[in-house]
Amino acid sequence: MSQQILKMVEESSLKKDVTVFEVGDTVDVHTRILEGTKERIQIFSGVVIARSGSGTREMFVVRRIVAGEGVERKFPVNSPRIDKIEVKRRSVVRRAKLYFLRERSGKSVRLRERRV
Amino acid sequence: MTKGILGRKVGMTQIFDETGTAVPVTVIQAGPCKVLQVRTVDRDGYVAAQLGFLDKPRRLSSRSERGHVADIGSARAKKLVEAGVAPVAKAGCEPQRFVREFRDAEGLEVGGEVTVNVFEGMKSVDVSGVTKGCGTAGVMKRHNFAGQRATHGVKKVHRHAGGTQAGTYPGHLFKGRKMAGRYGNDNMTSRNLKVVRIDAENNLLLVRGAVPGATGGYLVIRESNKVG
Repeated sequence: MSQQILKMVEESSLKKDVTVFEVGDTVDVHTRILEGTKERIQIFSGVVIARSGSGTREMFVVRRIVAGEGVERKFPVNSPRIDKIEVKRRSVVRRAKLYFLRERSGKSVRLRERRV
Repeated sequence: MTKGILGRKVGMTQIFDETGTAVPVTVIQAGPCKVLQVRTVDRDGYVAAQLGFLDKPRRLSSRSERGHVADIGSARAKKLVEAGVAPVAKAGCEPQRFVREFRDAEGLEVGGEVTVNVFEGMKSVDVSGVTKGCGTAGVMKRHNFAGQRATHGVKKVHRHAGGTQAGTYPGHLFKGRKMAGRYGNDNMTSRNLKVVRIDAENNLLLVRGAVPGATGGYLVIRESNKVG
């Protein structure tokens, strides 16, 4: 019973149309950023290396290489600050968490593309 | 008037507010509560209202619990009526699982109902409950002691307290020394919790932060008396 009530409470914070994306996808995450009173959109693009949690607590991790340095950002899937998520490329992956990419650099970071 | 209600902890989750910030909330099933008794200055010397929360099956209730909420035609009540004493007002409802009294709760009548709407427009509340029982716990968990080092010659006392007293003078331990022992299962009040949302339709109250006790535990929710 209590789980059903929690689900009902969370429903109001869930987004209706979240883009379908999976681990291994290369995505552009458009985030709304408030600078003073002005709002602008920042794009963070990279590979989704993990998804975790459920309901409003569901998060995903995007990894990209900036100036030779690996950068990871964790976003809540249902955050209102995320304007949209664009899937640029899908790839073949055989595990749920791609943490092995952290140890790799250069050409070995590439993932095989999956044609849909 | 003190505003209060009884409730039950449903669990914790997080929701997004209008700025997009994730807010940690505890969901409380608050009410509806029945008014079982009203205390007045004339009769009892103080003003209060007794509220009951959640129906309890009659087969699990004692006769006194059933007689408290409704007229069950007891011999004593009959005798009193014959003697010309006005019968005590009863709520006329099912026996209640959780019954508590709220001081200075005016304007309520026996048999009436209190819903979560009493908190409408209220900024913060105090939530009381019974904390989770931890059994016998060491000083690190019970009193937030720092314990001892992992290395540098510390042997098998990594989670112990250090010294407990001085030497020959005073020669004994002062009362109240913090030591290991029973921890939890105490009454506790979380004060000044922000009201995040009131869902009157489903009798839900969402407050920011944690409240005492396990999921399903009973809670007393009052208007916060903390200023600022």
